[in-house]
Amino acid sequence: MTRPFDIRHYRGFFAVTCACLVILYAPLIIVMIYSFNDSASITNWGGVSLRWYVDVFTGPDSEKFKLAAWNSLSIAVMAATVSTTIATAAAIGMIRGGQFKGKSASFALISLPIMVPEIVTAVATLIFFSTIGFKLGTLSILVAHIVFCIPFAYLPISARLQGIEASFEEAAQDLYASRWATFRYVLMPIMGPGILSGFLLAFIISLDDFIITNFIKGAGVETLPTAIFGSVKQGIKPNIMALSTLLLMFSICLVTLSYFIGKRGEANPPPQT
Amino acid sequence: MTPAISLSQVRKDFGKFIALSDVTFDISDNEFFTLLGPSGCGKTTLLRLIAGFEDTSAGTIHLYGEEIENLPPDKRPVNTVFQNYALFPHMNVAQNIGFALKMLGWSTDEITSRVDEMIDMVRLGEFAHRKPSQLSGGQQQRVALARAMAPRPKVLLLDEPLSALDLKLRQQMRGELKTLQRETGITFIFVTHDQEEALSMSDRIAVMSAGKLQQIGSPNEIYEFPANRFVADFIGETNLIDASVTQVSGRRVTCKLADGETITALAHQDLQIGAAGIVSVRPESLSVTPTAPMGQSLTGTLGDAVYLGTDTQFTVHLDQSLELKVRMQNGVTDGAKLTAGDPVFVSIADGAARFLVD
Repeated sequence: MTRPFDIRHYRGFFAVTCACLVILYAPLIIVMIYSFNDSASITNWGGVSLRWYVDVFTGPDSEKFKLAAWNSLSIAVMAATVSTTIATAAAIGMIRGGQFKGKSASFALISLPIMVPEIVTAVATLIFFSTIGFKLGTLSILVAHIVFCIPFAYLPISARLQGIEASFEEAAQDLYASRWATFRYVLMPIMGPGILSGFLLAFIISLDDFIITNFIKGAGVETLPTAIFGSVKQGIKPNIMALSTLLLMFSICLVTLSYFIGKRGEANPPPQT
Repeated sequence: MTPAISLSQVRKDFGKFIALSDVTFDISDNEFFTLLGPSGCGKTTLLRLIAGFEDTSAGTIHLYGEEIENLPPDKRPVNTVFQNYALFPHMNVAQNIGFALKMLGWSTDEITSRVDEMIDMVRLGEFAHRKPSQLSGGQQQRVALARAMAPRPKVLLLDEPLSALDLKLRQQMRGELKTLQRETGITFIFVTHDQEEALSMSDRIAVMSAGKLQQIGSPNEIYEFPANRFVADFIGETNLIDASVTQVSGRRVTCKLADGETITALAHQDLQIGAAGIVSVRPESLSVTPTAPMGQSLTGTLGDAVYLGTDTQFTVHLDQSLELKVRMQNGVTDGAKLTAGDPVFVSIADGAARFLVD
């Protein structure tokens, strides 16, 4: 018997792991710590205070941030809703549609946006919008977000659907449910956890997007990431750290929620046989 | 009386694979009808064609005189008990049973009373609010049955519903299914590969193999008068011996076995002298004795004896290549101790041998 493979026995494993963790998380932790700094300087520690959090909500930039946050949230909710709907339809078509011509091509088309460098998508979208004369603004951001969120929503939804046996739908139809009723009362509830994780993933991706949004947002419209970037260009103030920390916490909450929904999905796996 | 189901020239292809061909038969009203065959014989495909999950490639299916092969599953008044039950995991027992009624637009009161009735029928009163995952296999089976019977289908389709249960429960469910069918008067079409299940429950059995109907008849007919080699071999145990007809008197033929001995057998159809075929004789209609018995017998040497509790199974070599299995009940025989290698006589119960044209 050879010793079972264990990555921890490789030399240098511990050092490399530590280096990776530090590089990944040290900046985040420093930002979080300094968001509680009382000093106006971003490098000198002046005691613990919540003044920069107060500043985010009441300071001179607060109106700008509030508007940007509202834009971000409303766009993320709408983009995630629409893209999840489209992704659900796509998943059902791909997985339950039987064999059809161009199935592999369809799958490639759905997932390609994940592979394409974001800057390319951003430039292409900008060129496309200006060619067809689509006015840049909140609506153009929304359309672009819907499009690039679809593959992210598609992945967890199709993974869930793949694990669901077709016999549930057959049973529903056998019991006099129309196609729509079969989806509404049987397939959708069983797919539920997948649809919800797809929605949350799309929501985070939209909320977080900077590159594409920055290209197509048009003049005067800001989302939270572009507003933060705009402020940082004029010098980093500690209120950015507070804002970033808030955004980080919000994301962590959503990801955790998504994780627990996934867990519940695992405890309630798509029933097999 | 219009048949419950009438199949005519039904055919199903999956690409180049012919799953069913030329299936034509009727299933009567109020019948417990079984489709029996090894896996891949097309029995489940036939059931799915009747349910509407697959389209026929050719032929027609009538349900009480009405042509149904072009209707979607939700427009056919037949319901299915699935092999894996396919209970909706997010609904409790009562919701599962009431699902079809809700889809049919019954009022809440009607649904409640019918669901209660069904829950009583399958004795799951205390489990009405449990989810399927909180039930045992046998209980899930009952829910599946209640769910499929709640909308009062004209025909109930059962796709190997007992195969996931353990032996004890399976035997118990056989009796319950049979009783349920008799009490409700619903036509049951039951699919199984288990011949014991088929023989013990069915009014009639259709034996299928390789997408074709092999024989249709009562359990007794299927077992006692198999139509061909496949049916004789598939149902129960049998000895199959190549033979040719030497003498004909009506359906009773005398035939010569490969080792030169002769036996008389009953044939299915009128035969000519010289016809070739096989003789099928069940092990339990043979007996082994050390001395020549009255009536017809064959001679051979005793091979091994296997003790099986109520029975003992003997192997008798008639010659180099020909051997017979003989099954005798323990305690009934005179207790003559037979040992391997002894010369023995094998006698055949009168009228037990069948001559089958291959």
